[in-house]
Amino acid sequence: MAKQPPAQFTNPETPGYVGFANLPNQVHRKSVKKGFEFTLMVVGESGLGKSTLINSLFLTDLYPERIIPGAAEKIERTVQIEASTVEIEERGVKLRLTVVDTPGYGDAINCRDCFKTIISYIDEQFERYLHDESGLNRRHIVDNRVHCCFYFISPFGHGLKPLDIEFMKAIHNKVNIVPVIAKADTLTLKERERLKKRILDEIEQHGIKIYHLPDAESDEDEDFKEQTRLLKVSIPFCVVGSNQLIEAKGKKVRGRLYPWGVVEVENPEHNDFLKLRTMLITHMQDLQEVTQDLHYENFRSERLKRGGRKIEDEEVNKDQILQEKEAELRRMQEMIARMQAQMQMQMQGGEGDSSAVHGHHV
Amino acid sequence: MASSEVARQLQNDNCRPLSLSGHVGFDSLPDQLVNKSINQGFCFNILCIGETGIGKSTLIDTLFNTSFDDRVSTHFQPNVRLRAQTYELQESNVRLKLTIVNTVGFGDQINKEDSYQPIVDYIDAQFEAYLQEELKIKRSLYNYHDTRIHVCLYFISPTGHSLKTLDLLTMKNLDSKVNIIPVIAKADTISKTELQKFKIKLMSELVSNGVQIYQFPTDDETISKINATMNGHLPFAVVGSMEEMKVGNKMVKARQYPWGIVQVENENHCDFVKLREMLICTNMEDLREQTHARHYELYRRCKLEEMGFRDTGPENKPVRVPLLKGYTDSKKSISHSHASVESLQETYEAKRHEFFGELQRKEEEMRQMFVQRVKEKEAILKEAERELQAKFEHLKRLHQEERMKLEEKRKLLEDDMIAFNKRKAATELLQAQAFASTPSVSLKKDKDRKNFM
Repeated sequence: MAKQPPAQFTNPETPGYVGFANLPNQVHRKSVKKGFEFTLMVVGESGLGKSTLINSLFLTDLYPERIIPGAAEKIERTVQIEASTVEIEERGVKLRLTVVDTPGYGDAINCRDCFKTIISYIDEQFERYLHDESGLNRRHIVDNRVHCCFYFISPFGHGLKPLDIEFMKAIHNKVNIVPVIAKADTLTLKERERLKKRILDEIEQHGIKIYHLPDAESDEDEDFKEQTRLLKVSIPFCVVGSNQLIEAKGKKVRGRLYPWGVVEVENPEHNDFLKLRTMLITHMQDLQEVTQDLHYENFRSERLKRGGRKIEDEEVNKDQILQEKEAELRRMQEMIARMQAQMQMQMQGGEGDSSAVHGHHV
Repeated sequence: MASSEVARQLQNDNCRPLSLSGHVGFDSLPDQLVNKSINQGFCFNILCIGETGIGKSTLIDTLFNTSFDDRVSTHFQPNVRLRAQTYELQESNVRLKLTIVNTVGFGDQINKEDSYQPIVDYIDAQFEAYLQEELKIKRSLYNYHDTRIHVCLYFISPTGHSLKTLDLLTMKNLDSKVNIIPVIAKADTISKTELQKFKIKLMSELVSNGVQIYQFPTDDETISKINATMNGHLPFAVVGSMEEMKVGNKMVKARQYPWGIVQVENENHCDFVKLREMLICTNMEDLREQTHARHYELYRRCKLEEMGFRDTGPENKPVRVPLLKGYTDSKKSISHSHASVESLQETYEAKRHEFFGELQRKEEEMRQMFVQRVKEKEAILKEAERELQAKFEHLKRLHQEERMKLEEKRKLLEDDMIAFNKRKAATELLQAQAFASTPSVSLKKDKDRKNFM
């Protein structure tokens, strides 16, 4: 991604040569040596195509031995967090990818406590990073913070469900949310547009903050700007995942074979898979930056403000006490007013005889 | 009754088959029955259970080739409701009164524990209505609009993995009350190989959890073979669409994708045709019968046993004569049912008395409790009043005491003032006298001057 330094400055003989135009090269070299880290969380109900999509995105098999539980086992199931880390390499660039899966989300009959586990996991990672950052030895800080969360929306419904909205509202201040509609081969083009628009409307209506791609810099080339604009317009992405190679039109493509045709995963007319992959790759750095600058800083300032006490209990106590006190106050005031009124009435009515003695004494 | 005794005797005597020497004509009996039922019209009630947006309305529209209802539901219903709509359809000379019951808001709530209860209550309510009509003294079952659910289409979400927990719970609670036919909705998202695996997984899950779904009957030779084959294809993977597209040289119902066109009525693409065959063409009557003979009878027995009825005979079949099959059976036990009907009457009367008595007792109890509560409240209020009064008196007294004290103090002050004034006057007088006695020139001069003037 580093641009080549202008040729004229690499030559020490050039007049005015200082040499810091070589910095991008140095950054590039160091980063390749250090390697990159990225943590991606996938959340969604069972059967929406999460694992297939992750495998398709990274062209690998992250879930070799998968046991899918039957409905009876899922009734009382709680959400688990399964993080699997893999190291993948491409042209010398190493990426340490952690995929955090959340099996059991939305499975139980009562999903009230579905997302508590997930939120506490995210907070834990922040907490650990904060602890490491404030420590004395900061050489080897491992960044396990969740940089991006793919939230899978069901394509079989009419839009967002109450569980979706509640979950997104609970984590939109902690992690970058990218809404994804998988199994998009169940929607015709018209239905897709309708669903996307409906979801965007509902997200806006409920004030959910999803991840927004940054606008392209003005000095980037036109292609890149156009690409970014197209990406922005297609959120949420409607994707189809598959790792099976199917023969279509004479060549082998990754896709799904149906009696009525072949859905090609990498065909932009069939679905938004390529867009999703582009977005993830080109904005990986930006996702990490937003996590560091926005979500982590929010967490850190909140954390340091309350200094270790549990924030929820405190607020609840304060509110409760305030309410109780106010109620008591009101009751006392009412009682006093009543007694005063009564006394006034009695005084004006009853004591005709003592009015003379009453005098002018106050 | 004499005829039934004769009939019984005949059967017990091993009635002998006779051969006819000519055409009598009673082979037209089925036709007469058919004519009657055509005149009466048919009635069919379908219950569709499935998540919002899974395609229930579209599938029903496609099945009956009519656009029924256009409303799209929202995901934000607070609880599950049922919406029933009745339509009159006609095909050639057969009239069908079709009632479609849809679940609104199923599977949308975060806490789905109460999701299936409204459905169970609805089904029970329809059974109850029929039972009430049957037990009436003056009843008109002939033109009673039967609202009992004949079939329940359960829409399974095409996840490709297994049943959802809500599906399992709901089906377990409904399988003894209604004929369940599970269908895989939006099946154009599952490829052929995945579909096979999915179907096997679903059926094994249903079996291992003891859910009894409706099996197409295989006792009638004409349809047993096709029914048996179809039983092996359950659950049906269906796609619904009312949009027509040109494929080849004719217009077919289909869904158009960039990668192909899914034809609803193409057996290679989905099982829609199978579902239509089985549900409407072949087994509609059997579904109605099963509902009446099995599910309704079970409900009735449970309900009556709950109320305390017992029967004297082994079977307590209704006196009403149902169509075709049950006819001979009911004839066998007519005498029994008469006897049991009598005991039914007695038990009914006894129960009625009992309930009436209990009702009166409860009324008395409530009245007494009410009176008692009123008394208690009055006592409390009186007490409060007394307290207030006492306080008031006390305060008044205090007030008066204060006033008296103030009065005293005032008196004292006035006395003091008077005394002071007196003293002041006295001193002034003294002073004046003192002035008068001392020869003061000025004064004298003034006096002289005065005298002089």
